[in-house]
Amino acid sequence: MKKLLLGNYAVARGCYEAGVKVATAYPGTPSTEITEAIAQYDEIYCEWAPNEKVALEVAIGAAIYGKRAICSMKHVGLNVAADPLFTASYTGVNAGLLIAVADDPGMHSSQNEQDTRNIAKAAKVPVLEPADSQECIDFVKIGFEISEKFDTPVILRLTTRVAHSQSIVEERPREDVLFKYKKDIQKYVMMPAMARPRHEFVEKRLKSLKEFSETIGINKVEQGTQKMAFIASGIAYQYVKEAYPDAWVLKLGMVWPLPERLIKDFCSQFEKVYVVEELDPFLEENIKAMGINNIVGKEIFKLTGEYSPSFIKRAVENKEIEVPYKVKQTLPPRLPVLCPGCPHRGIFYVLSRLKDVIITGDIGCYTLGALSPFNAMDSCVCMGASIGMAHGISNASDKKQMVIAVIGDSTFVHSGITGIIDAVYNGSDILVMILDNSTTGMTGHQDHPATGYTIKGEPTYKLDIVSLCRALGCVAVEEINPYKIKENVEKIKQLLDLPGVKVVIAKAPCRLHRRYKFTISKRYIDFEKCKNCRLCLSLGCPAISLKDKPTIDANLCLACGMCEDVCKFGAISSQKEQ
Amino acid sequence: MKKNINILVVGVGGQGNILFSKILGEVLLNAGNDVKISEVHGMAQRGGSVVTYVKAGEKVFSPLVDRAEADYILAFEKLESLRWLEFLKDNGILIYSDYEIPPLSVITGAYEYPDVEKILQTVGVKACRVEVKKLLSQLGNSRVQNTLMLGFFSRFLDIDEALFKKSIERNVKKEFIEINLKAFELGRRIEMCEVEK
Ligand code: SF4
Ligand code: SF4
Repeated sequence: MKKLLLGNYAVARGCYEAGVKVATAYPGTPSTEITEAIAQYDEIYCEWAPNEKVALEVAIGAAIYGKRAICSMKHVGLNVAADPLFTASYTGVNAGLLIAVADDPGMHSSQNEQDTRNIAKAAKVPVLEPADSQECIDFVKIGFEISEKFDTPVILRLTTRVAHSQSIVEERPREDVLFKYKKDIQKYVMMPAMARPRHEFVEKRLKSLKEFSETIGINKVEQGTQKMAFIASGIAYQYVKEAYPDAWVLKLGMVWPLPERLIKDFCSQFEKVYVVEELDPFLEENIKAMGINNIVGKEIFKLTGEYSPSFIKRAVENKEIEVPYKVKQTLPPRLPVLCPGCPHRGIFYVLSRLKDVIITGDIGCYTLGALSPFNAMDSCVCMGASIGMAHGISNASDKKQMVIAVIGDSTFVHSGITGIIDAVYNGSDILVMILDNSTTGMTGHQDHPATGYTIKGEPTYKLDIVSLCRALGCVAVEEINPYKIKENVEKIKQLLDLPGVKVVIAKAPCRLHRRYKFTISKRYIDFEKCKNCRLCLSLGCPAISLKDKPTIDANLCLACGMCEDVCKFGAISSQKEQ
Repeated sequence: MKKNINILVVGVGGQGNILFSKILGEVLLNAGNDVKISEVHGMAQRGGSVVTYVKAGEKVFSPLVDRAEADYILAFEKLESLRWLEFLKDNGILIYSDYEIPPLSVITGAYEYPDVEKILQTVGVKACRVEVKKLLSQLGNSRVQNTLMLGFFSRFLDIDEALFKKSIERNVKKEFIEINLKAFELGRRIEMCEVEK
């Protein structure tokens, strides 16, 4: 039966059909659903790892043991996993190992735009790039075959518009694949004496992969009727086909290493060939390095953001699109906000009221604390960076500057722990606030070691962040209730004055998480008592808006009670006025 | 359906436009089309402005709809219909809900919520307004705006009503099927607006 399937679900389906046994990941948009979908298959062992490095190490272990394994992450996650990746390229695999990496051109939910093909090239591993959901299924299978045939990890590069688009697929049954574990220290123990010959192997492998790329069916020329020619892969291929359905296209399914003869042959037939690729001029530079000069690339196509069919048309034909309907006035912007009832709101409200403090932030829902109305964040670089940066700032100022690092529970487990170890070890004077909402909020409520549940929702050992921080050597570790605003202002001021590394764990589950039940008693504003000071508006709760005076929309209010704590005139309570 | 059709579903994160697109996409698929849907996740979803693209026809390549390319824009929030208006093609139709969700920039008083009706008139676009607020209170459930809108929109497509109902049944959680079907029917019975083809 034909059905519509999200690209990420199709990758999962491909893994199921390919007989995958082990799947690991740390969640990250746009890659998260791959592993969530795999968790639905009982045939596959599946886990959330604390970070991508660990996730990849687990998958490498499984592959070496003889079971097909997949590890999924977003582009920035591959930086975290780069260390095991580069050496796994040397050890090779036994059963196949696929690394699905989702790039995010346009930065719909990422801190940078980064092109995974560059890391793949540096690690000398092949890259496949599907262009729709059916290809996601097919390329997973091809990826495992390549991995086993050439003894290499294979990267499956996705981009947002493939990962998060639904298109039509046909599902097939699962096939089991069996490999036996064989002890082989020459291959799997990478100390210098053994790594040297493996490097020779890697270079030879790259050569044979290159040869193979000339004949693999997923690199193919699509004939056109118009004398116009393109080279493209992935989603860019779809854009080209839509913009110029009659043009010649060399569609690359395998984008590293490249089929040199095929490309030379193709390019020699045309006066000029457009190379269309989002982000870096990866194909372009590598094709130019083959001595081919009749290609047009980044001189007309942009280096940043997403492409589209009409963007390609505009660039090739050098003309603008005409927009029939245009609104002249500026519209009120609608930026993302913390949800109604979000526990982070209370903390950022408090932080926004502190003076002379630098606040280093981190990756997660709480990054929104940087926006108005809080403006309570000075930096946000990568997972776990808040703590290291706070330590750096504090020391750079000879400990004169007060610094607070803000980090979520999932992010803390991902890579905040080592930051604390460093800060304690080197005698820092910072305050670390762990905003513990008992989940990975931004990516849609995934579990992690400190939630006490596995990816399948089964109970497991729950990492105790309080005792962990004590064991790491923090001078004070306190739990607070983020909804108690008045109390928390005092508490945080006190702790800031202490020397050493202090940790405050603001603990309250995400208000949208199904696992947690809340007693609902919605808040209302008594207009008699309200002095229209509008202080409650500075909470930035989407449920409170300004009519003549502030009003609470009972449909949106999630009854966290924070606004009640903020109002100085006792105008907000759970009593509806008569 | 012979001609390709491009639909933009716009609104505010959390209004259920991904589910809407999924249901609609399945209907279009079962009516014999190639279909592609592209959606937004993550940060953009937290109450931000969001858009989902639904494309159908003989053969669909790109999942994106660009400016001046949409046959229909379905707006689940009034102000959002303005934000995406440039995506409508000449003579395309805007179908918008009268539901208002003021963005934070309005809540804090930095901006005013615009007079959407007036602006649409000045721009001179073919638009149908759906009195969602009233209809939802009739249903006694504020979470089925998407199926209500689907009911109304279904009349613009030459597709058997049964396909819509089947798709709703398949994609909505069991306990909510009934209310969603009710909303769909209510939407389908709304009086057609002037721009009806
Ligand atoms: S904080 Fe209290 S008094 Fe001030 S505007 Fe809000 S409800 Fe009225
Ligand atoms: S209106 Fe008040 S009680 Fe309701 S969610 Fe917002 S802050 Fe919490």
